[in-house]
Amino acid sequence: MAIEVRIPTILRSYTGGQKAVEGSGATLDELFADLDGRYEGLRERLIDDAGVRRFVNVYLNDEDVRFLGGLSAAVSDGDTVTVLPAVAGGAR
Amino acid sequence: MRYESLLDAVGGTPLIGLPRLSPSPEVRLWAKLEDRNPTGSVKDRAAAYMIAAAEKDGLLHPGSVILEPTSGNTGISLALVARLRGYQLICVLPENTSAERRMLLEAYGASIVSSPAAGGSNEAVRVAKGLAAQNPGWVMLYQYGNEANARAHYETTGPELLADLPEITHFVAGLGTSGTLMGTGRFLREHVPGVQVVAAEPRYGELVYGLRNLSEGFVPELYDETVLTSRFSVTSADALRRTRELLSEEGLFAGISSGCVLHAALGLAAKAQTAGQRADIALVIADAGWKYLSTGAYGGTLAEAEARLEGQLWA
Repeated sequence: MAIEVRIPTILRSYTGGQKAVEGSGATLDELFADLDGRYEGLRERLIDDAGVRRFVNVYLNDEDVRFLGGLSAAVSDGDTVTVLPAVAGGAR
Repeated sequence: MRYESLLDAVGGTPLIGLPRLSPSPEVRLWAKLEDRNPTGSVKDRAAAYMIAAAEKDGLLHPGSVILEPTSGNTGISLALVARLRGYQLICVLPENTSAERRMLLEAYGASIVSSPAAGGSNEAVRVAKGLAAQNPGWVMLYQYGNEANARAHYETTGPELLADLPEITHFVAGLGTSGTLMGTGRFLREHVPGVQVVAAEPRYGELVYGLRNLSEGFVPELYDETVLTSRFSVTSADALRRTRELLSEEGLFAGISSGCVLHAALGLAAKAQTAGQRADIALVIADAGWKYLSTGAYGGTLAEAEARLEGQLWA
């Protein structure tokens, strides 16, 4: 099973510079636990006691996971998870 | 239609059906043309409301200086109102925004302070807050946290949509300050049971996100997640493709955020169609394409246009 997880520049120090890594799990929570096993410390940058950290956005197939059940969102083979820092947005 | 002056002509924008892009007669897309506002963008609503609120609160007097972190549309809208109401405007914007925006701001008489490109709008906000702290007499309306921004949409955009499309099932708009989504979303939720409020968020190139510390991120103070049903991240490639489709299929010359919004709307339309459900999806065309011509979004191949947008704040 392979789920692609795209990593923002700021966190690539945890993945040996890789901009995308692969993991497995039935839920987002399991997926991050799986990744943490190979890329120690990564999970803690993304998640706190309340769930996904405030200034981190996680998208499952381009949809914000906060609207898909957060960490309990189901993930499947072929899904793409994208992690991005929260920014002010562009031209307003 | 007749108005006493330009500022009276804010809002009241047309809702245009998109028969060629809509999947079927049961699943329809409707574009709210916010470029049909005095300065050509949805921000005219927020600017009018924020300045009116500041006047009502006694914060503004003839010759007052207004300061705002803005990459363009809000600045342009504020520049118009400031010009007509007798205030001075200073805009803080990232140096990597399109040339047309700067030229327009200066033409309206606004002054510009540039913030570093690699830092995007977060940095512009930081620089503006710093300037405001140093100049206590200046008024920072702060579009990201000013309730009048969202209220403009609660009181105008929402009611207009309900009047034109009582059968609305989905509302899709770009996510920036979140004013449009929060105000319109709240209104629609109060009046249309089951309506879906969906955010389309631009996904920029790596330069924009850069080495931003994850603990220094930014969430607009106006943003209330509970108003949204869903939020989609849209790449510049998809936004560009859809912006061109709006023009080629429906003749709508829209800005790139509109392509971003259309992409999310088409996703919702496909879902409804697959589920065999009726849908009337209203989407916001925040502005027209004029300010983006210099970005090369409308000419050459999609790949060339995408490469040119890399590192730019395209929406």
